Amino acid sequence: MTQKLLPILTVILALLAAWYVAVVPMNIKSALTTAERAGADVVPAGAKERRDLSAIGLVATNSFAIAATFSQDRPRLPAPHQVASELWKTTVEKKITSKRSLVFHAWITLSATLLGFAIGTGMGILLAVGIVHSRAMDMSVMPWAIASQTIPILAIAPMIIVVLNSIGIQGLLPKAFISAYLSFFPVVVGMVKGLRSPDRMQLDLLKTYNSSAPQSLLKLRLPASLPYLFASLKIGIAASLVGAIVGELPTGAVRGLGARLLAGSYYGQTVQIWSALFMAAIVAASLVALVGVIQRLTLKKMGMS
Amino acid sequence: MAQEIVISAKDLSLTFATGDGAVHALKNVSLDVKKGEFVSFIGPSGCGKTTFLRVMADLEQPTGGNITVNGVSPSAARQARAYGYVFQAAGLYPWRSIGGNIRLPLEIMGFSKAEQAERVKNVLELVELSDFEKKFPWQLSGGMQQRASIARALAFDADILLMDEPFGALDEIVRDHLNEQLLKLWKRTHKTIGFVTHSIPEAVYLSTKIVVMSPRPGRITDVIESSLPEERPLNIRDSEEFIAIAQRVREGLRAGHDAE
Repeated sequence: MTQKLLPILTVILALLAAWYVAVVPMNIKSALTTAERAGADVVPAGAKERRDLSAIGLVATNSFAIAATFSQDRPRLPAPHQVASELWKTTVEKKITSKRSLVFHAWITLSATLLGFAIGTGMGILLAVGIVHSRAMDMSVMPWAIASQTIPILAIAPMIIVVLNSIGIQGLLPKAFISAYLSFFPVVVGMVKGLRSPDRMQLDLLKTYNSSAPQSLLKLRLPASLPYLFASLKIGIAASLVGAIVGELPTGAVRGLGARLLAGSYYGQTVQIWSALFMAAIVAASLVALVGVIQRLTLKKMGMS
Repeated sequence: MAQEIVISAKDLSLTFATGDGAVHALKNVSLDVKKGEFVSFIGPSGCGKTTFLRVMADLEQPTGGNITVNGVSPSAARQARAYGYVFQAAGLYPWRSIGGNIRLPLEIMGFSKAEQAERVKNVLELVELSDFEKKFPWQLSGGMQQRASIARALAFDADILLMDEPFGALDEIVRDHLNEQLLKLWKRTHKTIGFVTHSIPEAVYLSTKIVVMSPRPGRITDVIESSLPEERPLNIRDSEEFIAIAQRVREGLRAGHDAE
């Protein structure tokens, strides 16, 4: 564990350092404007004069303003500690029922994610079973499944919401459908491969028992496909989260991580955007890790790891 | 021993169409196997011995001639679950215990839970794996796994046991031991056994009838009725009679080779 810890920490520290270094030139112009208004000597004087100058050059000539770039209210690029403190304030220090709590918003998105993931996984498995057992489905469904993923989700998400809304479906379900739309695909692809993974000998053996197709599916194909399914689920659950967030954007939703991203960009609240992004990343990482744990336990119990 | 004919092939042919033209895996093969016989099929690779066994099991379809198993077509025999088949690899499901693997055909065939448990216990005794019912395949050696797969083929009590080089991947010492066990098992159960091998000593030691085959086209060159007694300790392989039969098998193999 300690052997792994050192390289991981090194990478994290390097990323943080690069981030801090980037913050200075990104925010220097607005920092200088603020400083100039407060009466400081800025070279050259006047925001207009500075507009077309290189940010790095400005940092060199006005190094007194470097500290200010790390603590602006609406920085172009917030510093890591600003995002961290915003995350802390909106998770630990707020009640989770509050509309300003990121935990509350994360839960809204997470519930759509999980529902969408369940629908997508179920659909994916059903389609894969159909594709493996029917030549017609193999030839007809697979191309559509692939085509479905070439459509930008941002383009189709508003339409799904409008169409579902017109037939009276609102709230969690439309978001879950968009989520399912993204997550069924890796499951179909993985499961088709998994269901076809038993070799000739295994299938011949079942044939000698005069086993029916449903029996072969249940006793051989499904258990044999589990390692493939889990690999797909890891991709699928992350895709589900993206789907749920994207599903929150076109509706002008007021709740959910997507709504936080949207509100943040309306009001130039970059710190809020970044903390919502980090929350989404944390949720995604936790979900993938959770699937990973279930995968390890299941496959170990089945003697397949 | 009853003289009822269990497997009967007449002018059996099987041609595979490949990119390089037709391959005659079997050509005009005729053979009768009587009930309770232990028949070995021996020959170099490509002689059609495995194909012949697979035709009996309805895993391949002949392109010419006739074959009956228990008096009916291989397909009907398969649907009546007339035979157990042992493949070269044990092919146990890693997610099932040894007992669970042996239960697999019983579950598919719809035996009651009590009967399943009873049969699993019996066949595990037969292959001397009684203590391993709860173990998983990876906890067993290769030889033990193959014994478990034989138990699986025996579990539903088919009269015919078809074995496709079941010990081919195992080392000599394990193989000797398994051969001895297989003979004992055959004597206790009086099943009709079809056994594919490419080892001459194995074929001679086990069989009551040795079918020598040769390739291109796959055909039978000699059928030897073994004169060895039913009681066969391992050291019978040093007897003159054994060596004489092995000699005849070798000549049969060579004759097939020279004909090319």
